[in-house]
Amino acid sequence: MTDRDTGILRDEAQFKRGLVARQFRGTLWKRFFALSTLIAIAALIALFFNVANRAFGYVISEYEPDISAVVETGDVRTLTNDQLARLIATYAENRLRVIIRNNLSVVANDQFTTAPLSVALAGSTFPAEWNDLTINDLEAAAWTQIISTNLSHERLVEIVLTDIVDETIHETFMFSESLFESERIQTLAAETYPHATLYFRTWIDWNFITNPGSSDPTQAGIRTALLGSLWVIAITILFAFPIGVGAALYLEEYAADTPLNRLIETNIRNLAGVPSIIYGLLGLAIFVRTLSALTSGAWFGITDSNGRTILSAGLTMGLLILPVIIINSQEALRAVPFSIREGSYGLGATKWQTIWRNVLPAALPGILTGTILGVSRAIGETAPLIIVGASTTILSNSPPDPNSPFSAFTAIPLQIYQWTARPQDEFKTIAAAAILVLLVVLISLNATAIILRQRFRRSLSA
Amino acid sequence: MTHVLSAHAFELKNTNVFYGDKLAVKDVNMTIQRQKITAFIGPSGCGKSTVLRSLNRMNDLIPGARVTGGVHFNQQDLYAPNIDAVEVRRRIGMVFQKPNPFPKSIYDNVAYGPRLLGVRNRRMLDEIVESSLKRAYLWDEVKNDLKKSGFALSGGQQQRLCIARTIAVEPEVILMDEPCSALDPIATQAIEELMKELVKQYTIVIVTHNMQQAQRVSDFTAFFSIRKEEETGGKEKRWGVLIEFNPTEKLFATPDHEETERYIRGEFG
Ligand SMILES: Nc1ncnc2c1ncn2[C@@H]1O[C@H](COP(=O)(O)OP(=O)(O)O)[C@@H](O)[C@H]1O
Ligand SMILES: [Mg+2]
Repeated sequence: MTDRDTGILRDEAQFKRGLVARQFRGTLWKRFFALSTLIAIAALIALFFNVANRAFGYVISEYEPDISAVVETGDVRTLTNDQLARLIATYAENRLRVIIRNNLSVVANDQFTTAPLSVALAGSTFPAEWNDLTINDLEAAAWTQIISTNLSHERLVEIVLTDIVDETIHETFMFSESLFESERIQTLAAETYPHATLYFRTWIDWNFITNPGSSDPTQAGIRTALLGSLWVIAITILFAFPIGVGAALYLEEYAADTPLNRLIETNIRNLAGVPSIIYGLLGLAIFVRTLSALTSGAWFGITDSNGRTILSAGLTMGLLILPVIIINSQEALRAVPFSIREGSYGLGATKWQTIWRNVLPAALPGILTGTILGVSRAIGETAPLIIVGASTTILSNSPPDPNSPFSAFTAIPLQIYQWTARPQDEFKTIAAAAILVLLVVLISLNATAIILRQRFRRSLSA
Repeated sequence: MTHVLSAHAFELKNTNVFYGDKLAVKDVNMTIQRQKITAFIGPSGCGKSTVLRSLNRMNDLIPGARVTGGVHFNQQDLYAPNIDAVEVRRRIGMVFQKPNPFPKSIYDNVAYGPRLLGVRNRRMLDEIVESSLKRAYLWDEVKNDLKKSGFALSGGQQQRLCIARTIAVEPEVILMDEPCSALDPIATQAIEELMKELVKQYTIVIVTHNMQQAQRVSDFTAFFSIRKEEETGGKEKRWGVLIEFNPTEKLFATPDHEETERYIRGEFG
């Protein structure tokens, strides 16, 4: 070291000045990072609020026939069982017996009117003195009582909404409007729709989850699409997880470091960036067309379906997320320290034993993380599903629930897409509710994976 | 492998080890005695670890690593084509410089080796785990925490766990590559005591950079050093050679070679 160097290093004043500048630069960067985080969080909140804003809010609704006198709150769901039963009796007295038969009878339909109630309605609650009477011996008041005491609240609401009244929603309001402009909304409702009622509607509720699709937005639910999504995801995971991890194991643990293998790896990385619609086209060509004997279930004796099935969709989604799983699993395997493998070989383990008993468990948290990333992507993907053929069924208003890999299907993102494409405001509103359901599905899948991952981590460390 | 008992366990004849094209150790000749502790000493990079790892074919794991000449164990060439490295390593265990417990419980760490060999019986495993931990002088410290992760132990305990893990498969030889270099003096002393105990049943070869340690524990010492050669283009070729192999007392008191003497006096290293 020359004298001059030492001089600079020992210059107190200069050191102090330099230190201030160094600290200042550090603070600046810290601010920048904090700002980045803030922007990300703000974007997330905006997204969530935007969706939630539509899923809750006032509606101006009218029932046909006009039941506003009975339903002061405007929403039949707020009525008690008794009130609901009386509502049914008032507007559809002649249907009471059919409702009892369809919901409570335990005998064949042709015996229902002749059998004593103790037989026909075994298991239901009613006064003992009716035991020996038949249903026709009773009066409307008694039928009303039977319905009110034996049917669940949800079922009664459903009956009222489907059989008795038809709810027409004239206008829907967003949550923010409902909160800040309730006076304006109230005057608007009173002036424009004098017979209508105004009530606060939660669009996402249990009915929304359990109802199938419908052309009536007040009745439409997400059940079919939710089941479709779950089926597709299950197949996606079953297909992509073992194959993705297998490929990663081969590439990372077995394949020699040759130019060819490097080329393959690079291409897998590139595949992860291919637009999903291309996977849709691939799936259409391979699974729907070429392998239709498999995907339609023809090999398994199913004849009434074509290749546009849940199986095709799941396999296509599997292809889509395969690169993500492979890449992340490779990273996870690479992160397992060599010393652990060495320890295993040093005890006389074979390569497979080392991989299976040591490397794979140690890499599992990372592999799971990669799988979560992939599956999260698959849940939200729409384009490949449209191409592979959900479109064959989404056009009808309520496709049947999927019940096997060979069922036709719809899925939540498709349902959202379809609902948002409709002109009525109410459909945009239930699309928002569907987005919330999608988010909940995503969050619960992620949570499951995170819990699994933590459990493995905990067993690995202290 | 046939099992012929003789006084010496290993015999190296003109053994060379290469990493790819690079010659790492040249022409090593030595005989390692059964149930003795043999120490490898020498300056950093002279090939101690390389030779040690060639004794149980650990070098096979490094792509491009190659051994020529003979490494004989019980009069059998370990590198003969009909020999499976898995069997070699099961009979010749290894303990590494940095304690490397598996990310598993203490129990599963020790039971790992026996399980590899197909032992499933829980009682048998329990017995093996207990006796191995006892022989590694770790049992008293961990007997109530067998379910805890191996990572929860201190560095010295981890190294004793690795030794317990190694003896659980009943090897004939234990190779140790600087087993104490990551440990504090107290843990080091514990390991040294343990080696003196283990040598009653096992052949032990230990690499150490600590000459006091070699003198304290070993019966024989091998001193390695480095040879260099200028290559065209200003590059330098270096390889390791075995300079001297003698009983430890003799090597440190009256070494045959002047280079050994300079090394043990601390003149280079
Ligand atoms: N995996 C490897 N690949 C290539 N060269 C290596 C490798 N391991 C060790 N070497 C080389 O072999 C020589 C001997 O190394 P090593 O056996 O680790 O020496 P020591 O243990 O005596 O310090 C060194 O020149 C080192 O660079
Ligand atoms: Mg070394």
